[in-house]
Amino acid sequence: MTDYDAVIIGAGHNGLVCAGYLAKAGKNVLVVDGRTEPGGCASTREFTPGFRVSDCAQWLSQFDQSIVKDLDLTGAGLSLGKPKATIALQPDSNHLILDGDTITGAGVDSADQTAYRDFKNMVRSFAKLMTTLYRSRPPKLVEQNWADRLTLMKLGLGLKLLGRERLRDLMRIVMINIYDVMNEHFANAAVKSAIALDAITGTNMGPRSPNTVYSYLHRATGEHLAQTGTTQVMGGMGALGQSLANAAEKRGATLRLGSPVTAIVKTDDRVTGVTLASGETISAKLVISSADPTTTFRNLLGYHQMEAGMARRVEHYRSRSGTAKLHLALSAVPNFKGLTEAQLTERLVITPSMDGMETALNPMKYRELSDLHTFDISIPTLEDPALAPAGQHVLSAIVHYVPYTPDIGWEAGKPQLLNQLLRELEVFAPGISELVIASDLAVPSDLEASHGMTGGSWHHGELSIDQALMMRPFPGSTQYATAVNGLYLCGAGAHPGGGLQGLPGRNAAKEILKQGALS
Amino acid sequence: MSNVGRDTMLLTTPFHSRVEAMCDLNDWGNWMGYTTPNAYFDVELEYFAIRSTTGVFDLSPMNKYRVTGPDAARYLDRLITRDISKIGINRVGYAIWCDDNGQVMDDGTIFRLGEQDFRICSYQRADDWLAWNTLGFNVNIENESEAVAGLAVQGPTSCTVLTLLGCADLNQLKPFGITHYTFEGRPMMVSRTGFTGDLGYEVWVPPESAEALWDQLFELGRDYLIKPIGSYALELARIEAGFLQANVDFMPAEEIVRVGRSRSPFELGLGWLVDFSKPLFNGRTALLREQAKGSRYRFALLDVEGNKPAEHSFILKGDKQVGTVTSAAWCPTAKANIAYAQIEMPHGAVGDDLIAEIYYQRELHWTRLLAPCKVIDAPIFKSPKRWQTPAPPH
Repeated sequence: MTDYDAVIIGAGHNGLVCAGYLAKAGKNVLVVDGRTEPGGCASTREFTPGFRVSDCAQWLSQFDQSIVKDLDLTGAGLSLGKPKATIALQPDSNHLILDGDTITGAGVDSADQTAYRDFKNMVRSFAKLMTTLYRSRPPKLVEQNWADRLTLMKLGLGLKLLGRERLRDLMRIVMINIYDVMNEHFANAAVKSAIALDAITGTNMGPRSPNTVYSYLHRATGEHLAQTGTTQVMGGMGALGQSLANAAEKRGATLRLGSPVTAIVKTDDRVTGVTLASGETISAKLVISSADPTTTFRNLLGYHQMEAGMARRVEHYRSRSGTAKLHLALSAVPNFKGLTEAQLTERLVITPSMDGMETALNPMKYRELSDLHTFDISIPTLEDPALAPAGQHVLSAIVHYVPYTPDIGWEAGKPQLLNQLLRELEVFAPGISELVIASDLAVPSDLEASHGMTGGSWHHGELSIDQALMMRPFPGSTQYATAVNGLYLCGAGAHPGGGLQGLPGRNAAKEILKQGALS
Repeated sequence: MSNVGRDTMLLTTPFHSRVEAMCDLNDWGNWMGYTTPNAYFDVELEYFAIRSTTGVFDLSPMNKYRVTGPDAARYLDRLITRDISKIGINRVGYAIWCDDNGQVMDDGTIFRLGEQDFRICSYQRADDWLAWNTLGFNVNIENESEAVAGLAVQGPTSCTVLTLLGCADLNQLKPFGITHYTFEGRPMMVSRTGFTGDLGYEVWVPPESAEALWDQLFELGRDYLIKPIGSYALELARIEAGFLQANVDFMPAEEIVRVGRSRSPFELGLGWLVDFSKPLFNGRTALLREQAKGSRYRFALLDVEGNKPAEHSFILKGDKQVGTVTSAAWCPTAKANIAYAQIEMPHGAVGDDLIAEIYYQRELHWTRLLAPCKVIDAPIFKSPKRWQTPAPPH
């Protein structure tokens, strides 16, 4: 007899989703996590007394609606804010507003608007196809399996239904970069860089890097998966984690927080449980890890416990990130040039031109700090005042590109980077520095330490074609089962990858139940 | 002393000056980048030296890797398919290693020199694979291929000759045993191993000792009809004795570019080297799957009618092609026409009657021969001397 049917490593959103589905199917599930709050990257943190912020992911735009329904997350306390438009701030205050399929401002003309609608329609048709793939286990290409063949047939049919033109477009652009695609479709520089930002968010890629079209399409699946638009979670992103925890516990899953897993236990040729930092060992029929593949295989299992080819694949798995989080506690509503206070509740982005973004990337490659960054800004307190003391606010920004470790080190580098970021913000929000009561800057290595993500990679491994679909995280460990008996993956390192979607957790649970691995 | 030859891009072994002097036919081949003799004076006479007296083969081009460190035994246990704990100190084990797909990368011998001190002797270069295998292990891998020169001294009088050289009590050494001597002030290791299926030894010395070792061996062995042997003669002996050769009888898995061309241990008749009681080794998962599902091929030893070697022959069952020959030779001592074949399952079980489609040429005239053949269960050449301890006097 084992202590549990399954032990899930990590109470991140995917771990909890997986737990929820398994518990719903009557399985005896334990979720363990070193953090004291549930949610993983869906977390809220008080970064200075009285000021709370979504300290990792800040926007919900991709969360699969079927999970919300299946686990009744609304009943479990999940409450979303209003859908946000994106406002790309321009130095001349003639800001570009992207709202649904319309764009205005920044000198866009009717040709740009038509081009934008056409582009969105094209992306929508590709993303729809990907959504079908994302909602099922990734099909293997060579093995004779009917479930996989059905997925491939659906994909084939979907490709055919795209029509010749679209199919040709997809094949042409998917391996290239967002820079070239933007130049093909648009004339307006502000439009190009605002869209390009969505292609590089959470990555270490520049607009000209290959795989940026894929990462853009990956984000675009959100329109089909979530159908909520880009929103903030009331109470901060941690409330999503809490609602998932509530939903899983309600269905009988057990959570043990503040209990880091130190090792995955392997007995003979199969994984049999986990060891906690306390020294306690918990046995289970299956261990399902929502930690990233490097943490799971290298740190918790150990290379010596797997075949050498697999160890080599883990070692080659890429998990780099150029993404940092900036959090500011503000004494009052900041003033952004050319924006009304109502507009401050929207998603505000600051990007240089695409060439500027590419230039901003360069120093990161050589472990230096840049003097140019992109910002993806949320001021959540305008919609959710409870996150800060009355009349005071929180600004949260996703910032690119920040090196993992600059040559000057973070002790000297952090104050320098913080000053630089404030200087760049001042251009658009004059006087914001004087409103800053406290600040918090989480660089990739901080995010790695606080959220257990190797390399600080939000996606638990770079989102690139060679690490996607039937190759995620790597051949031999796809379809949630790994090459190690009894060890499964349910995190963003598994298909379909990163972002707050919940699909890896959901798909893994469904696959485990279908295989009868727990019966 | 440079090991780069003057007129060739190929390397030379530490014995080269002596080998060259004795290579009357001046018939050279390229063995893994080294200039090595195909034949010295007459292939058949060289072969009979192995079987009747003593043949000496320069095996310095073999790759030698020293594996040391606290995890050395655990490292090797995951690398190879057999149980490393069954190879005692000063013992040698024949082993194969596979990739994660359970496909054979190479075979070789593992010399256990200490609790955590091993030497892998392999046909293929394995630096890359051995390095990848160190992930997660506290182990040190050193390529000592050029630091160790080796001679295979094989045949009925080999023990006597080596004893004259100063290898005291060598006749007490068991098959696959290792013993250590000093030769002219330098270490000399002797293992009772070989590629000929008869009484024989391999002698391992630092390159500085090579020329003197050769000289003394041939001096002391003259009365025992010691002869140098080239690759052609060794090839005859190894086919007769039933040994596989990488790149001939199977393609090392890492060199394969075409799908399906690699082979598993079961498909090479080496299933006896696979120990599933070990919880982990490279290829285990895939091999368990293969065991459950069945293999694609079977390795078959064929006794072919007639005296025409079935080289490169297609193997037929009735008129259907079911396999191909990888190695073939008329074996003089066994007096049998032997072929190794890769046969598609389910054919090729012991006793199966098959046909070898042999093409041979005499004076530009080609003849096609459909030679009946039978699958046999073991090599025909069996020398009791190979297993006797003490080693029998000649």
